[in-house]
Amino acid sequence: MKHIVKILSLVIAITALWVGLLQTSIIPQSHTWLLPIYFVVSLGCYGLLMVGVGLMNFPTCPQEALLLQKDIVEAKEYLKQRGVDVSTS
Amino acid sequence: MDEQHQKQKNKYSIIVPTYNERLNISLILYLIFKHLQGVDFEVIVVDDGSPDGTQDVVKQLQQVYGEDRILLRARPRKMGLGPAYIHGMKHASGNFVVIMDADLSHHPKYLPGFLRKQLETGADIVTGTRYVKGGGVHGWNLMRKLTSRGANVLAQTLLWPGVSDLTGSFRLYKKSALEDIISCCVSKGYVFQMEMIVRASRKGYHIEEVPITFVDRVYGSSKLGGSEIVEYLKGLVYLLMTT
Repeated sequence: MKHIVKILSLVIAITALWVGLLQTSIIPQSHTWLLPIYFVVSLGCYGLLMVGVGLMNFPTCPQEALLLQKDIVEAKEYLKQRGVDVSTS
Repeated sequence: MDEQHQKQKNKYSIIVPTYNERLNISLILYLIFKHLQGVDFEVIVVDDGSPDGTQDVVKQLQQVYGEDRILLRARPRKMGLGPAYIHGMKHASGNFVVIMDADLSHHPKYLPGFLRKQLETGADIVTGTRYVKGGGVHGWNLMRKLTSRGANVLAQTLLWPGVSDLTGSFRLYKKSALEDIISCCVSKGYVFQMEMIVRASRKGYHIEEVPITFVDRVYGSSKLGGSEIVEYLKGLVYLLMTT
């Protein structure tokens, strides 16, 4: 099944739930009408939160840059001795 | 014991697409050979007619490491990443294919980890992820981290891909799996990498992840531009509709 079909089914299920709530008036109608807006806003906030949290916890590795520089020096020496052109131009 | 026996029967074809990577290709080949001692592998360099002499350097490296270990399979001009992999695969004699970048952002020291993970789990695909503990990036400013994180959250929400790093291109595939997936992928650039892993996930392939560190390129110019955001969004919508 295509992914978009899965998502649309989910949307339809939620919409059906919403319509059901409207008709049976478990929650006052005035509130129910606003539920989709609350849902979209919450989703947006959740997304922003995830981005923020991810940004704060973004794994970094400054030591890797140093290790890489060492590797580069080692590689250049080895290859230069064996006749490989390791210049940049 | 069984793992060791299995390891001996496996051959790994490492495909490295290059364009103007005259210095990087030497460095990366040195590091690959350093970290994969005792492993049966070959490196296939797919160069798109680099004007900076990359191919001449590759020929020199062939003298050092052997023409049976380094295969130069060039093309006349830039013809895209997907076609580069397909071209490389035609000449691959291994039963596994590794794809990686030539610019040292993917460090060959992680290769043994990829191989080990695959042997342990029997996975069809092992993909490197920069976004989990043990992985990481260096050389990215705040803006780049923000776009990366935003892009990832959006993709995770829309696509439920089952992997943490969608745009990564440091991966190990079973050759049969790669051939199967690549035949249905049509995107270009890094959206292509996303399409590959999402299609693999949809098809039910067993995918494992290993943390990798990504050091932004040291030499040369990056191929990443400004219109990438638009391309990315278009790619997401395309993947949403067709996978």
